[in-house]
Amino acid sequence: MTLLELLEGPLWIASASIFVAFAAFRLIVILFTGRREAEARPAGSPFLGALRTILGHFLPWRRLLGNGKAWFVTIAGYSFHIGLFVLLLFAAPHVEFIREKIVNLPWDPIPRWGFILSAQFAFAGLITLWLRRFVDPVVRLISRPDDHVAAGLTFIVMLTGCMALGEQSAFLRGLHLGLVELWLIYFPFSSLMHTFTWPFSRGFTGAMAGRRGTRA
Amino acid sequence: MTSDTTEKHRNFDKQRDLPDEVRVENAMAGFIAEFGPRAQSWMNACVRCGLCAEACHFYLATGEEKYTPIHKIKPFEDAYALTHGPFSWLHGLLGRKPKLTIEELEEWEELIYDSCNMCGRCTLACPMGIDIASLVKDARRGMYAAGLLPDRLARIVRNAEKQHSPFGSPEDFRKTIKEIEKEYGIPLPLDKPKADVLMTITPEALENRHFGVASMARVLHHLGYDWTFCSDAFEATNFGYLSGNMELQGALTVRLIDKAREIGASMLIVPECGHAWGATRWEAAKWYGAPVDDIKIRHIVEVLADAVEDGKLECRPVGESATFHDPCQQIRRGGLEEKPRILMRALGMELREMDPHGLDAFCCGGGGGVLANERAGPLRLKAFELKKRAVEETGADHFVTSCNICEMTLGRDIEATGFGKQIESLIDLIGANMITDQPPLKAPGSGAKPKGVGKRAAGAKKAGKGRSAARRKPAAKK
Repeated sequence: MTLLELLEGPLWIASASIFVAFAAFRLIVILFTGRREAEARPAGSPFLGALRTILGHFLPWRRLLGNGKAWFVTIAGYSFHIGLFVLLLFAAPHVEFIREKIVNLPWDPIPRWGFILSAQFAFAGLITLWLRRFVDPVVRLISRPDDHVAAGLTFIVMLTGCMALGEQSAFLRGLHLGLVELWLIYFPFSSLMHTFTWPFSRGFTGAMAGRRGTRA
Repeated sequence: MTSDTTEKHRNFDKQRDLPDEVRVENAMAGFIAEFGPRAQSWMNACVRCGLCAEACHFYLATGEEKYTPIHKIKPFEDAYALTHGPFSWLHGLLGRKPKLTIEELEEWEELIYDSCNMCGRCTLACPMGIDIASLVKDARRGMYAAGLLPDRLARIVRNAEKQHSPFGSPEDFRKTIKEIEKEYGIPLPLDKPKADVLMTITPEALENRHFGVASMARVLHHLGYDWTFCSDAFEATNFGYLSGNMELQGALTVRLIDKAREIGASMLIVPECGHAWGATRWEAAKWYGAPVDDIKIRHIVEVLADAVEDGKLECRPVGESATFHDPCQQIRRGGLEEKPRILMRALGMELREMDPHGLDAFCCGGGGGVLANERAGPLRLKAFELKKRAVEETGADHFVTSCNICEMTLGRDIEATGFGKQIESLIDLIGANMITDQPPLKAPGSGAKPKGVGKRAAGAKKAGKGRSAARRKPAAKK
């Protein structure tokens, strides 16, 4: 078995399994362990409160509409996330890989120019957000080593993905796949889990506010 | 140094004689004691964007990054992941130990107690919707268990535990109520064996705002309630909630609700206090394991606003402009945003809203036990500059609020800065201007001014501004 076969076979299965199992485990611990307190008689709807906060926090808080930092984080954040998800789900090699290994995706891959555009958005967002961790005193203070590892790992995965786009080199394909597998293993234990925890965080806060007849 | 006070010249206070390792253990156990899905979701969602800083008045007023809200719980957050997070077992297998140290806790005492009012403004700015105020409350529970809180707050908590209230004992309360009755010539029902409404009060009102107590009583008489104070359940302010002493928080809340049940009350009224509202209305259920459905827990502002809307309460128009300071625990975290505005309209005041106001308003800076913490005074004054600017920009004649702690905080800040405004109590304004058949309040004897109303800041006197509508227009008979 060649290294590439190993990466595409057993190591892929192992890393994807670790990702699924430990991400699910983390979510189960978060959502189903610990104390559940009785809540006060509601003054408003917890459900609507949760919904409002889950949707409302997609945009900056109204008091920050004139705040440059808030817009920077919002624009760079959307640029990175949308770019990354387009690459992940619509890039031709990914569509092919997912169809082969996971599920038969019902859509066609994006053209090459779409890949390049998405990659530019994703890189611009990630690099500027990561740089901000070094230059903004507030973000520098609160950033954890994990935030840098997560950003660095994601950056390398994206970079090697671009390098392997032409699919002319088995080495580059293997390098990208190996790093993706490392990323998948790191994911459940890191801040990358915000991918799954954000609706719960927003939802619980919104439900609390909704119960109290206020908004969050 | 004694067992319950700290030695001087340190930037933290320390209570009780405990080995450092016990303090650290207690702190961590206290922090996660009430963790459930809600807190765990918050602890697993932060992406370190720093936008919470843009909402915090302490950061905005100083520009110091250490006041970034999420940074205030950092020691606990680090230790949580290693000791109680979803993968703590894995960290244990790998031999990774929690990094929480006594030095870190001592250093963070200032951030947890001095520079957070638990006002929840940062929650609105957080893209992940993390309620950092709730996590700071959890951190305070840890700090209290570790014996690491500001000395003055610790003393107030001890008074609340030993004497019933920081104000004093039930006997002190009975004496004071009799004094106020005599002073203002108004009956104050006390210790009735049966009543439909249990009225509660703040220590500040008993100490310095006798006119406010009399005004509130007069309004309740006017509304025709069958009400009483109870000398063994009068204290509304919950210093357990503020300090992190959860046993005390539960005991104080249960005392009020059990008393209301004992006297057959259908309603418990929370006075002009913000955190009392949060502790009683929104957190009582956790002490009973079920919602308190048999007793309506209502805020005095809510009771009066509903009376206005039902046509049971009318006021003579004051007819001047006013701006309203939104107490964060009543408005942003309490759900009463519209109620004080109904009362302002009933007073015929032209409401000039501050920028920001309502749910977005800046906290007074003294809530969450910060006012009780002398060490935090200079920082609080810096945060006051934001409020001062917002008030000035309205150009309003009156500066009104509906929380005793906000009133006391802003009053002190006004005095310290010579700001040419006076902070006024909304309830006092209602009491003084309502149209009623109730006898007017007697002027206090020996030429003394009504306590708490009509006090002016030095700057206001000089400027000739800030006349109190409550004092200028004494209540008249219909």
